[in-house]
Amino acid sequence: MTTEMCERPVQSQLNRVERTPCDCRYSPCVDIVERAEELTVIAEIPGAKNEDIDVRFENGTLTIHAKVELRQVNGTRYLLSEYGVGDFHRSFEVSELIDADRISAEYTNGVLTLHLPKTEAVKPRKIAVETR
Amino acid sequence: MFTQRINGLLCMPGLRREVNRLFDNVLGTMVGEFPFPVIGQRAFPPVNVWEADENFFAEAEVPGLTMGDVELFVVNNELTIKGERREPESDVRFHRQERGTGKFARVIRLPLDVDSESVEATLKGGVLTIKLPKAKSVLPRKIEVKG
Repeated sequence: MTTEMCERPVQSQLNRVERTPCDCRYSPCVDIVERAEELTVIAEIPGAKNEDIDVRFENGTLTIHAKVELRQVNGTRYLLSEYGVGDFHRSFEVSELIDADRISAEYTNGVLTLHLPKTEAVKPRKIAVETR
Repeated sequence: MFTQRINGLLCMPGLRREVNRLFDNVLGTMVGEFPFPVIGQRAFPPVNVWEADENFFAEAEVPGLTMGDVELFVVNNELTIKGERREPESDVRFHRQERGTGKFARVIRLPLDVDSESVEATLKGGVLTIKLPKAKSVLPRKIEVKG
């Protein structure tokens, strides 16, 4: 249904100038839920801004990329350091037939929710049984 | 591999976390959730702590939570972060379920006492930032030299 993609450098990514001092990219934790009408992808992307989140759906591949600015100056002396701050990136291959034009996304409290509506062809349809 | 002690806190993140988990389990400060970490699913949010001249700062990534879902307590040199992440929907089909759910609690011991009255916390975009001013009694005092 949804297959995770291995990192494959796309030409557009190769050409992009790196913005962060270190090339750290993190993979967000996601939930993928299937409902009758749609697939919902819920990704944890704390500390990003709406305008810095890039969601693409091309040839059945859903790509999430979020730029995240460093929150502490370089050289901060950590007493406890359990996570790093940097861009989030993850992509999935979605084999369901998705109505690409109606994909919508919202970002609230560090959580990105993507709604991928199914095309009419794959929606479950109830067949009326007639009695004769 | 190196281990370094700075201000009494063990500064090797992985080991520190394991030790924390061990202690949390033994002392029962962890509420709910699995007693052991599950790959891809975090029992409690990861925390970064750093020190400036007059303050300690703690930061935790708690995506999906609002201030109403988080409780903070400060006693002497101990910061407790408690929270609850909503349970996932039950009547849907999950293709992937990596986000943590349920209650969590975590005690972080700082090397010095903090002034609990003036602790400030903000939660923005799923990032919880806590500013913990050091207690007056532990701040260095400038002694005037009388001539």
